[in-house]
Amino acid sequence: MSTDEINRVIIIGAGQAGGETAQRLRQAGFSGDITLIGEEPNAPYQRPPLSKAYLKGEYDMDRLLLRPASVYADENITLLTSLRAVWIDRANKKVRVEGGRELPYDALVLATGARPRKLPLVGADLDGVHLFRTAADADALRPRMVSGAKLVVVGAGYIGLEAAAVARQLGVDVTVIETAVRPLARVTSPEVAGFFLDEHTRQGVRFVLGGQPALIKGREHVTGVALSDGVEVPADIVVAGIGITPEITLAQQCGLTIENGIVTDRQCRTSDPAIYAIGDCAARPIVHFEHRVARLESVHNAVEGAKIVAATITGGKPHAEEAPWFWSDQYDLKLQIAGLFQGYDNVVLRGVMADRAFAAFYYKGPKLIAVDAVNRPAEYLGAKMLIQTGRSVAPSDLEDESRTMKEIVAAAR
Amino acid sequence: MPKITYIEASGKEHVIDAPNGQTVMEAAVKHAVPGIDADCGGACACATCHVYVDPEWLGKTGDPSGMEQSMLDFANDVEDNSRLSCQIKISDALDGLVVRLPKSQH
Repeated sequence: MSTDEINRVIIIGAGQAGGETAQRLRQAGFSGDITLIGEEPNAPYQRPPLSKAYLKGEYDMDRLLLRPASVYADENITLLTSLRAVWIDRANKKVRVEGGRELPYDALVLATGARPRKLPLVGADLDGVHLFRTAADADALRPRMVSGAKLVVVGAGYIGLEAAAVARQLGVDVTVIETAVRPLARVTSPEVAGFFLDEHTRQGVRFVLGGQPALIKGREHVTGVALSDGVEVPADIVVAGIGITPEITLAQQCGLTIENGIVTDRQCRTSDPAIYAIGDCAARPIVHFEHRVARLESVHNAVEGAKIVAATITGGKPHAEEAPWFWSDQYDLKLQIAGLFQGYDNVVLRGVMADRAFAAFYYKGPKLIAVDAVNRPAEYLGAKMLIQTGRSVAPSDLEDESRTMKEIVAAAR
Repeated sequence: MPKITYIEASGKEHVIDAPNGQTVMEAAVKHAVPGIDADCGGACACATCHVYVDPEWLGKTGDPSGMEQSMLDFANDVEDNSRLSCQIKISDALDGLVVRLPKSQH
């Protein structure tokens, strides 16, 4: 399809991926119609601070917005909020929205995101049981996070641990229940997980590891979480942090290829060349992950998808893919991650965990594939550059703290 | 409201009214000043909001923190007056601040 045939772009999903796509299309000189459809009442906003500064009350909604709501009209982007797209008619290239209106498109971008998994337990609908994904979720939780309240977090992933950290800083009593035997089991090594376990324990968080929640107790409001071994953990608030499920309903209905997310090629094109999919809902071959198809849940992935789609639709310079990157803020710890650690066979530590500033580098054979850097930004950025450029350094170089990361990276080949 | 002037690498100027308490990065992004990517939204995680502070203003913007300096070490075309704009908080003292943008953030 030549680019001059694309006059109407519809983006379904007004999260970070969708919002960035609209903005980057305009920046790339696209002058056709752009319609951005979102289910939430807000203009596109950043989700990461929801479990950090926003939950703590340090950020308000205006600060979360990617751009002020007025900018969309200024740039002739039709932003339709609190509206659900209900059907995609691929044959006639139309999107039907709630209420029956049909909107025609030349190119369609699915940026539908993901939904937080609900606890599969009796009592999961009780008042006081919270999911955590949207600003509305954070708004509902925030007033309950008062000193002395009892919070149970189910799931020790990044969202759960970030919420636990904020809660402790607000004086909330926190217990984290995790079915695996260690926190962060899906996302980092036992070494780094152990560090975060110690840190949270020191901050007063109690952990139930290898615990199986069996029942949420309470009449109208939650009073506790019962485990399968009969132990009951009292709770005024329960936060489920057990992961997200990609929102693929529309894509499924219209017959696009799905496999743990909407499958796309490197240009973010789905099995229908007029339809793109980006962000949390989509899986594409990741260059810096041996071209394996992966569905990444991150800001980096959302923004990169937007850049790729904008370049593809406008026929602009292809975007040079970055090594995947992530971050997490817990207490005064900034964890910065580059690369994907899955499949590593060796972990190399630079610095000492007890100093609360160290980096864990992951190798697969001789190749550096990822880093977890805690309060060590140079190690994070240095490793990110190495991974992006396909270079490696010897583990012994990284262990040598007499050389700076900059020197080590400069000498890498 | 303090005024901040952003000068793109091409020489194009953008003068923005920037509220106190926001960062120099946020004011630029919210007004779609091209040349500041700020992919991470100000979490000091991406080093894509690099600016050059006009030398006259260096006294008022202060020095980068250790973390910021470590990130800058890996940015492109770093100069003595390089800063990450997500780490410069806007206040009345910065009314009139001038920053220049690098050719590329990547």
